Amino acid sequence: MSLETLRPTPAFKDVLPIEYSDLVEHGPYNNRGGDGSKQTVKVTDMGKFKEVIEEHPMCAGCAMTLFIRLTYIGMPNPEHTIVVGTAGCGRLAISQASVPFIYGNYGDTNAVASGLKRGLEVRYPNQKKDVVVMAGDGGLIDIGFQGLMHSWFRKEKFTTIMLDNEVYGNTGGQESGMTNHGKVLKMAPRGKFGDKVDALGLAKVAGVDYIARLAPTNPARVARTVRRAIMVAREVGHSYIQAYTSCNIEYSIPTPDVMKDAFEIEKERYGFEEIISPAAKAYLDEVEKKPKKKKSD
Amino acid sequence: MANVKGSSVCRTAVDEGKPADWIPGGEKQTVVDPMKMFHELPREKLFITGSEAARESMRRANIDIAIAYPITPQSESMQQAGYLYDEGYIKEYYRAEEEIGTFSAISGASRAGVRSLTATSGPGLMRGMEAISSWPGARTPIIMLNMCRVINTPLAIQPDNIEMSFMLNTGILLLHAENQQDFYDYPLAAICASEQVDVTLPAVVSVDGFFCTHARGPVEITPEEYKLPPRDGWRSAVPAMDNENPPARISRDAPIQKSNFISYHMHSSWQQEVFAAVERSAKYFRDYLGGLVEVVNPGAEDFIIASGCAVSQAREAIRQEGENGRKVGLVKVKTIRPFPTEEILDAVKGAKRILIPEFNQAGWLHKEVCSVLYGRCNAVIKDGPRVFGGMTMPTEMILEWLEEFRKEVK
Repeated sequence: MSLETLRPTPAFKDVLPIEYSDLVEHGPYNNRGGDGSKQTVKVTDMGKFKEVIEEHPMCAGCAMTLFIRLTYIGMPNPEHTIVVGTAGCGRLAISQASVPFIYGNYGDTNAVASGLKRGLEVRYPNQKKDVVVMAGDGGLIDIGFQGLMHSWFRKEKFTTIMLDNEVYGNTGGQESGMTNHGKVLKMAPRGKFGDKVDALGLAKVAGVDYIARLAPTNPARVARTVRRAIMVAREVGHSYIQAYTSCNIEYSIPTPDVMKDAFEIEKERYGFEEIISPAAKAYLDEVEKKPKKKKSD
Repeated sequence: MANVKGSSVCRTAVDEGKPADWIPGGEKQTVVDPMKMFHELPREKLFITGSEAARESMRRANIDIAIAYPITPQSESMQQAGYLYDEGYIKEYYRAEEEIGTFSAISGASRAGVRSLTATSGPGLMRGMEAISSWPGARTPIIMLNMCRVINTPLAIQPDNIEMSFMLNTGILLLHAENQQDFYDYPLAAICASEQVDVTLPAVVSVDGFFCTHARGPVEITPEEYKLPPRDGWRSAVPAMDNENPPARISRDAPIQKSNFISYHMHSSWQQEVFAAVERSAKYFRDYLGGLVEVVNPGAEDFIIASGCAVSQAREAIRQEGENGRKVGLVKVKTIRPFPTEEILDAVKGAKRILIPEFNQAGWLHKEVCSVLYGRCNAVIKDGPRVFGGMTMPTEMILEWLEEFRKEVK
């Protein structure tokens, strides 16, 4: 919706909830100009501005929650964004955001997003609408695998973000396709049989235009990566972000050590990586050059 | 062809090989009031297959997006939808990965606020059932054509409408076309009813596969220069998921999963509203189809109640009974959901015997009729004859059952 639709009418301003006014006047909705490629809400100011998501019922110390908050800050145009999710921990927070959220059936995210994005293009030929799938490792690589792969093959113009906590957290700690080999979890009493699925490799083979892997160790980088992925999906093709978002409950990570774990895992096997197609690179070069002063987050 | 005009997305009609001055077929059509299309426009009589009738229906339906996965006997129709897309009568179209993907994607399309069409047959319907059964609760107007085929093992492609019974309790509007003509008319009516604000539900038009889809029959169609009004994404019981409706937080599919009293109430009232909306659709179908039922030979002592192909066979049976001086009535049930309880009661109030022939082994129509007539009608209701697995139902079979019935119930 346009900012004008969202902006409180002056006459009603004094009776609106303060949260609502804050979102428009001091939140990400009101801090971006033009096409949204320019980041003006700074991650470093987190806590000083109204966020698209504030309340959530996630576990204390959950790294996934931090990543989701950063994702919403990184969105280039939250007022024209629709998020699609499926069952899993993430949706408990995602459904609390001030961005429409489609909570579909099990593993249907990338099919729903395909239809939604195409439908929005038919209905709003002159207004870009960003569609973002945000779902867990199980929701995407296990039950949603077919829809995920085919949305990649079809080069559907939306972004898929995998919240990879390497476990079925919401159902109580079962191993998933993204769990590492040998890990003992529920339903893997003798240790996970196979290897962690190489989702990045699959994305590459499928021709995804922008692929990124990261851990939420560098907040500004998360926001920047999300923004780049959504911009590429808007104009070039599909984009995929795979984020390490540990489950401190099922992996028994003491709450104060969640970020320490993220840094360790990042160093060990989850380092920041971007795989960008030539077309996506050319596009990103173009949009990121536009501002005279290139702002870093 | 989402991006023919005004869009900066890479893919355009020109990219896909159309000349620069190409005008999509749909843009050459004129929007006409649905009631005028259904009841007033002149009609030309053709001799075409059910699949071709579906194509002509889709051509006039102002479809924004069609998504399907091929399956016999549906593919005949959905490849026709592809040609309509190529001609510019349908704006967006693709072959999906399989049925869960198809029916999930079409629900995404409907959530965008555009007119969305899909189609399937037997096993495909069963494969996509989780997605299909979530459409009504998501309040997504969708039109699905359902070319019935057996779903049982051993695998077969033959006609049999057992699959319709799986949709009876989903909150979907369910119509059963008797012939090629109905397969032209019903989708257009179903689209208009499903998009009414006080309905906002998906609609399925079932037809018996092969008997109708692959056989020719007379079909009277309206001029192709007229089409239905487009779907108005703003007129809906729930907002489209397009981020155009403040307040921003409209996750209407929110997880009502917390185990507390309020969440139970939310879910139960949501379900009640869905099924109330099914009933509210009846008034539109009465207008569009001239009634939820068709009654032949009212006042008869013997009645046949049927839907789909069984109606055609019953028509011939009662004609032959008429030649022998016996008046047998017929109730054709057009809408299975909403179920025409009062219309059926009214039609059979003086009947002594009711026969319900069906093309499935379960006899779901018999069970439906029994459940609404129980305690409200004095007639004896006999379940049969039934054929399934691809068998045909000879008229003689119905005549024999009627004769036997008259001996059983004096």
